[in-house]
Amino acid sequence: MSRIAARFAALKAEGRGALIPFLEAYDPDPATSMAILRGFPRAGADLIEIGVPFTDPMADGPTIQRAGQRGLKAGATLSATLAMVRDFRREDDATPVILMGYFNPILSYGVERFCTDAAASGVDGLIVVDVPPEEADEIEPHARANGLDLIRLVAPTTDEARLPRVLAATSGFVYYVAITGITGTRSATSEALAAAIPRIRRHTDLPIAIGFGVRSPEQAAEAARIADGAVVASALIDTLAENLDAQGRAKPDAVRKVLDQVRALAEAIRATPKAA
Amino acid sequence: MNKPLPNSMRQGPDARGRFGPFGGRFVAETLMPLILEVEKAYEEAKNDAAFMAEWRRLLTHYVGRPSPLWYAGRMTDHLRAAAGAGQGAKVYFKREELNHTGAHKINAVLGQILLAKKMGKTRVIAETGAGQHGVATATACALFDLPCTVFMGATDVARQQPNVFRMKLLGAEVHPVTSGAATLKDAMNEALRHWVANVEDTYYCIGTVAGPHPYPQMVRDFQCVIGDETKQQMLATEGRLPDALVCAVGGGSSAMGLFHPFLDDEGVAMYGVEAAGRGVDTEEHAASITRGRPGVLHGNRTYLLQDDHGQILEAHSISAGLDYPGIGPEHSWLHETGRVNYVTATDDEALEAFQLCSRLEGIIPALESAHGLAYVMKLAPTMKQDDIVVLNLSGRGDKDIFTVAHHLGVKL
Repeated sequence: MSRIAARFAALKAEGRGALIPFLEAYDPDPATSMAILRGFPRAGADLIEIGVPFTDPMADGPTIQRAGQRGLKAGATLSATLAMVRDFRREDDATPVILMGYFNPILSYGVERFCTDAAASGVDGLIVVDVPPEEADEIEPHARANGLDLIRLVAPTTDEARLPRVLAATSGFVYYVAITGITGTRSATSEALAAAIPRIRRHTDLPIAIGFGVRSPEQAAEAARIADGAVVASALIDTLAENLDAQGRAKPDAVRKVLDQVRALAEAIRATPKAA
Repeated sequence: MNKPLPNSMRQGPDARGRFGPFGGRFVAETLMPLILEVEKAYEEAKNDAAFMAEWRRLLTHYVGRPSPLWYAGRMTDHLRAAAGAGQGAKVYFKREELNHTGAHKINAVLGQILLAKKMGKTRVIAETGAGQHGVATATACALFDLPCTVFMGATDVARQQPNVFRMKLLGAEVHPVTSGAATLKDAMNEALRHWVANVEDTYYCIGTVAGPHPYPQMVRDFQCVIGDETKQQMLATEGRLPDALVCAVGGGSSAMGLFHPFLDDEGVAMYGVEAAGRGVDTEEHAASITRGRPGVLHGNRTYLLQDDHGQILEAHSISAGLDYPGIGPEHSWLHETGRVNYVTATDDEALEAFQLCSRLEGIIPALESAHGLAYVMKLAPTMKQDDIVVLNLSGRGDKDIFTVAHHLGVKL
């Protein structure tokens, strides 16, 4: 069983949803982002999403755009991101790690070589934002051959006719984009989520995580209760960004503040049993 | 259905929106259903006689088409004077700069705004570099009473002030984009982000033959009016097809519009002129085909300026309209098949052509078009006197006079 499947199965047995915090590789420097990554599991992360910086992140709002720019300035590359995962795996072999990014850096690295190296580094799944099911053959065969899950985005705009096709191309879990919009902007209402998730469940047995606009412990708990997990990204990056000095360097307690926030999110999720 | 011509180069794209390996639909899931909706609506529209008749009516009575094909006699004589005996092709200008709004952009904008109406969209967004596409979109939106927001890099807002003011006069909102180098690429990122957040009521009017399928095909189809007219006018004037076509390429909509109708005419050579900025051996240029390699950006696979890690590089050109690190996917395919030659002209060469054209022909060309002319000035003297070369004079240079004055050290 893959790490992703094992983790969701364990959480189901526990009767709660997953917390999936996000960090951008090398934001604002390699040591700080590595410290955050290492600290995530003990702070309560059930799965981890690592953003791979790209110059032109089409689906991201200003918060993640700036995080990506800081990461790039600090020298982030796809291979550097894989090296972070290898380092992480030396001490944690259970927490699933998902890379989220855009296609061009992968194309440039070589799709086949990337999938091989990512799997060997301990990556479990990929979210490639700008490769929809229509273009899936670009990456799917190599991902599958290396046991990498291809986690797909389902959006409020994904209609009934399209949903089965998107889900058929998905493995690991489904990432429900809660809003029609970019990351870190607005949030969906509980009512909207409560209507959207059963619509997806009718078509799949895969776990569903909700992302985009999940910021507070309350929102995370609600999302993890309605679906099977909550992705929190921009809210954590905002905290990190608030704890940089004028030169953009991390202040001494920046890592602690981000991890404290993860802890608060995790506590809220753990205190909220899933709807049967 | 018409049987496809054997060996035709005009059949693309395929059902996946690919021209060979280029093109496609590399967008986030949130946009994908909308992209499919645009494709379906366009497929219906182009076979809808009433829709096409309305577009043609607008082109005739609002834009002022057909645009003239002008024999640039003084330019021809000037180039012959320095050419060898019997050398120096006849130079014609396809005068897209005489269109309403001053460039070719309006051709595809009117088609797209009619489509937006047909799709029931109630607001329009666009990206712009030089501002020509923004002005054209703002114009069509004024005519059709649609709210319009134009995304424009803050750098371009500063260097294209006349067009910014024009758009505002036309009732459009101009949204300066400060991310990245704050030029065309960043404006397109921001327009796509805005579209993702407003899919229900918004139509994105893309200005060039790039972006996700069906945009490269749709914008090309509307711009083909340039090449179709050129063909007819050339046959009427000279009784034969030209020997060479030349056009500047940024995203490449004006070039695709001129070239496409001639792709199957073997005797017609074609030259797409990329902006070489301060030189293709410097880091400051916008020559995606000459110095880039294939990658994926803004919804399509095409030649891009990028570093070794697949990060997109900032382009540079004196011309805001060419300041883009990519090129339409069909151009990438025409490059790899060898059908079109992609060459370059520097900022300085464009400035020289800009001034020469003004003095010799009494036509102030856009800096974009001046790149094309700079290459004509190299090409025509190598051709025979009875050869014919057509330059797509895609836009007028009024918007550029401040930039040119600045570069020439003139205070206005």
